[in-house]
Amino acid sequence: MIAGVIEAGGDLSTILYIVSFSLFIFGLMQGTHPTTAKTGNLIAAGGMAIAVATTLLLDGIGNWGVTLSGLAVGTAVGVIASLRVQMTQMPQMVALYNGVGGGAVALIAWSEFRHAPVDFPLDEFIPVLFAAVIGSVSFWGSNIAFAKLQDLIPTKPLAVPGQQVINALLLLGLIVACVILASSDDPPEGLFIAVLVGAAILGNLVVLPIGGADMPVVISLLNAFTGLSAAAAGFALDNVALIVAGTLVGSSGTILTLEMATAMNRSVANILFAGFGGAPAAGAGTDEERPHTAIGAQDAAIKLAYADSVVIVPGYGLAVAQAQHAVKEMADELEKRGVDVNYAIHPVAGRMPGHMNVLLAEADVPYEKLREMEDINPELPRTDVAVVIGANDVTNPAAKNDPDSPIAGMPIIEVHEAQQVIVIKRSMSPGFAGIDNDLFYLDNTDMLFGDAKQVAGDIASEIGNL
Amino acid sequence: MDLVTELTIFVLAAFVGFAVISKVPTTLHTPLMSQTNAIHGIVMLGGLIVAGFADGALELTIAFIAIAFGTINIVGGFMVTDRMLSMFVRKRPNTEKTTPSASSASRPGAAGSDEGSDS
Repeated sequence: MIAGVIEAGGDLSTILYIVSFSLFIFGLMQGTHPTTAKTGNLIAAGGMAIAVATTLLLDGIGNWGVTLSGLAVGTAVGVIASLRVQMTQMPQMVALYNGVGGGAVALIAWSEFRHAPVDFPLDEFIPVLFAAVIGSVSFWGSNIAFAKLQDLIPTKPLAVPGQQVINALLLLGLIVACVILASSDDPPEGLFIAVLVGAAILGNLVVLPIGGADMPVVISLLNAFTGLSAAAAGFALDNVALIVAGTLVGSSGTILTLEMATAMNRSVANILFAGFGGAPAAGAGTDEERPHTAIGAQDAAIKLAYADSVVIVPGYGLAVAQAQHAVKEMADELEKRGVDVNYAIHPVAGRMPGHMNVLLAEADVPYEKLREMEDINPELPRTDVAVVIGANDVTNPAAKNDPDSPIAGMPIIEVHEAQQVIVIKRSMSPGFAGIDNDLFYLDNTDMLFGDAKQVAGDIASEIGNL
Repeated sequence: MDLVTELTIFVLAAFVGFAVISKVPTTLHTPLMSQTNAIHGIVMLGGLIVAGFADGALELTIAFIAIAFGTINIVGGFMVTDRMLSMFVRKRPNTEKTTPSASSASRPGAAGSDEGSDS
């Protein structure tokens, strides 16, 4: 092979790494608009190609059998997985990729540890320990998130009594072990492996109690973690490309995490430690039957067809039912009749930030029609019909009107302000937050029970027949 | 590089990250996350470096897994982002499920990623 062309740690390799991370940043800058984002992604991928090629040409790169077979296996798996995945499965795909990234960081840290010089300088040893802990937490946490999203394990919060205490003690133990390792002249490998294992258990314990509805936040947070652990690996390896790229991802994950938490009006700590998502709230209106109006697809079709403006509010139920294409058909029928149709997207609609936008884009809904919550709310009082499809808590007026509600203060899409509301839902059952939705009992709300895909298809054909 | 230089780079990169990512609209947050996800696959470089000095079966195995994991992260991440963003690029109202592929030759092992949706 032609390894050793470029001196490791020399000026040439550093310059190539600078080119590479500049392309990452430029690529991300292109990501601010839907029309340029695709090019931006290619530019970032180009940056990655330069970084990988540079590293392969460094002196000291060897063991080509292992290196090339690792590259080949990874490429094959990556290509096949990304071609097969469906858009509704994107959250678990991202969780899985995030996990393998974290796993790679932890393994690299282990290797670094094994080859540490006798007097391992702390400015390298501390990053190694950090990378080991965070990488391992991220690997296992992401795998649990994947398993929950893929329904391999129950999405309900799974917690043992005293979970917080166990987690806190485990974290404390990890920190103590790291301090012992860092201060020891001849740090024992057994203790390092124990740290990896302890972090793995912590990753499991932290994510297992979190309910399905909170997964967008968890995935964002784990993404930030993996980024930071990659940056730590960069400190340990003196590699500027790793430091910059890892830090960019850390920033990005942090911003998305905070944005999600704001959209749910909860702190990140509350989401991580409260086990709120999916826990059924006691006594939430299941005993008393409140009156609601149920209608059929034909009635809904008439209401929609003779409206001037319709706002569709999609939620995770739409994604589960794979109803995005049927909903688009319905919207097409309405637009043929001159009805103005828009989509109101709540920041936490779907299973990860922006997931609903991807699903609707898949169904060819132009992105100009996808309106953000703050943008559409003022228009709702002037909207003839709001159609809520598979969304629940994000439309609950209790968040605004009832200071005692568990979701009080959560920003919602104010569909109750619309002239008429049609809620398409499988049953009257409460949403993730486990609380009753006052919207369903309003005078101007009609309930249309059924599978979102089926119902939207029925409405579309009914409108066509009018 | 000394620690202070690295910390300088770290802090500046964090601010650049915040500045750039804050401008990305909600519509694109899923592709954004998937793209940043692919970018942290850069740890694969660390795998290549440790493979270089790996010695013995255990270390070779660790290096192999680290490289394979990192490569899955990179290749899968960029390809899946590309698939998602292809759906946003399409602007004309048509109901076809596939879009002709744009140039994707510049990426490592990423040919043929624009197969369109498979719903």
